[in-house]
Amino acid sequence: MDITIKNVRKTFADFPALAGVDLHIESGELIALLGPSGSGKTTLLRALAGLEPIDAGQILFGATDATNLSVQERKVGFVFQHYALFKHMTVADNIAFGLSVRDGKTRPTTAEQKRRAIELLELVQLKGLEKRYPSQLSGGQKQRVALARALAIEPRVLLLDEPFGALDAKVRKDLRRWLRELHEKTGVTTVFVTHDQEEALELADRVVVMSKGRIEQVGTTAEVYEKPATPFVFDFLGSVNLLAGDVQQGKLKLNGLSLPTDTKLSGPVDVYVRPHDLRLVEPTSDGLDAQINFVQRTGPLVKAVAKLAYDDSKVDIELGHLDPMALSLKPGTQVRLLPVSFGLFARMPHAAVQTLPDVVPNAVPEQRGDRARG
Amino acid sequence: MSSAIQKRRAIPGFGLTLGITLSYLSLIVLIPLAGVFVKASGLGFDGLLHTLGSPRVLASLKLTFGSALIAAVFNAFFGLFIAWVFVRYKFPGKKIFDAFIDLPFALPTAVAGIALTSLYATNGWIGSLLEPHGIQVAYSPLGVIVAMTFISLPFVVRTVEPVLAEAEKELEEAAATLGAGRWVTIRRVIFPTVLPALLTGSALAFARAVGEYGSIIFIAGNIPMVSEITPLLIIIKLEEFDYAGATAIAAAMLTLSFVLLLAVNILQAWTRRSAKR
Repeated sequence: MDITIKNVRKTFADFPALAGVDLHIESGELIALLGPSGSGKTTLLRALAGLEPIDAGQILFGATDATNLSVQERKVGFVFQHYALFKHMTVADNIAFGLSVRDGKTRPTTAEQKRRAIELLELVQLKGLEKRYPSQLSGGQKQRVALARALAIEPRVLLLDEPFGALDAKVRKDLRRWLRELHEKTGVTTVFVTHDQEEALELADRVVVMSKGRIEQVGTTAEVYEKPATPFVFDFLGSVNLLAGDVQQGKLKLNGLSLPTDTKLSGPVDVYVRPHDLRLVEPTSDGLDAQINFVQRTGPLVKAVAKLAYDDSKVDIELGHLDPMALSLKPGTQVRLLPVSFGLFARMPHAAVQTLPDVVPNAVPEQRGDRARG
Repeated sequence: MSSAIQKRRAIPGFGLTLGITLSYLSLIVLIPLAGVFVKASGLGFDGLLHTLGSPRVLASLKLTFGSALIAAVFNAFFGLFIAWVFVRYKFPGKKIFDAFIDLPFALPTAVAGIALTSLYATNGWIGSLLEPHGIQVAYSPLGVIVAMTFISLPFVVRTVEPVLAEAEKELEEAAATLGAGRWVTIRRVIFPTVLPALLTGSALAFARAVGEYGSIIFIAGNIPMVSEITPLLIIIKLEEFDYAGATAIAAAMLTLSFVLLLAVNILQAWTRRSAKR
């Protein structure tokens, strides 16, 4: 079932949680709502489920207007971060709950409910655990039971609120892959909320990046990562260096360096460059002179911090560990850097002197700076 | 010995504290209780049977435990109701009403007794309204139930409240997304969650009601065979210098209370086994 969200607004006291959101979700799609806390992503998900009444706007499931339907009438599967399993019921009873509360005629027989529960347990790969109580399950198992329970009602859409947020890193990775496979199997339109960019990029067909109650960008994982539409998306998805530049006659001027662009901007600009797009070049070619301050080798990546000679600002660099340049890299090395790919945005008034926070040694072990909570 | 224990435990002093705890419990609780049984056994089996089998004692036991049971059940319903309202809703004056609930705790029992009696007496505010309908509260078994209900109310409210407050809102939301209406959610999701606490609260209320003396003797009128509670009977025996008889009744009360509390505890353990995390 496809979902259409039209100009949805919601204000808590004075805080605009959703400031006019428009979005279309295709049938069978797996969509991630990604954003920092307070960006409105959870509010949007809860609004879809009917758990949060909206102030204005419209929500359509297919052609039906669901805006004024009650939670019960919406027939959505909802999975909570902390599982929300019924502790006094067995796993099988938990899963069959949605079937057992149906009205007289549509309610399956007890035997049928049990059969469905066991079938779903098999689907979530927890066969044989039907008689356990939630207290006897691990976190990952609990979340699978919660998912089976949500799927039991054959929901029109499946909504997951930070489904892996309470699990540890290893389980989270496994479950992520497993959820992707499950989605291919069931084909239910699925929307999940996360603040973990890696999770969103790895799992979703499309990512919706939100900030301050608005959608910043919607696109495939490749689109949002490689062509961020706004400085916010650039900063939020992966680490980025911010440089101050100037556009003159379609060329980007960076301290004497002149780079071709296709921008329509002109005048002072903010230049966003990903660490891996700052290439190390031969001392004879064009580039920005810099001195290496710090080098960290983690698996296939070599990360370094360099100080630019022309304005003493620090930038992050990333190289593959097989890169010939990477071998000789150590603190004090003089290098020449060339931005091979970058995003340009008109200079924000406050951004003129802004520099990104320095990288602290030993921090940020993950490739893209996993923002997941501990 | 002590060094071995110190090695195993992070905080030392286990032997000492255990010793103090056991001696203290024995001194304060076990020895007086045992004394009751020793003194009562001085009557011999026949004497015991004679004292306890007397119609006046039997009637008082029936009244005390029966009324306490009714009061506990009554409070289980209304206590749950009150706790629900206090946890779930905000209304003006909530803090003040909240304090009222504890009043039966704090009030000297004699004060409660006088207040209830003057209200429910045939010329009191409530008593005068009930009297034309043939309902007599003061000086009847009904008065005993009213007093017991009054003094044991806080137990249920205060035990259930924290559990209700802690019950995750997400559980209700999960039930709603699965298609359950309000009533089904309360019956199948919320009620089973609070049931263990409700049983504890009711058991406490029951125990308190059984042991209550001060507030009841004013309103009950203490008519032998009709509205005479067992604790009063013990006092009467004492005033007659029938110490053995008094302790025999006390021992009977003690045993009955103990058996009932044990039963509630077993029931609780059974409901809690599945409800625990």
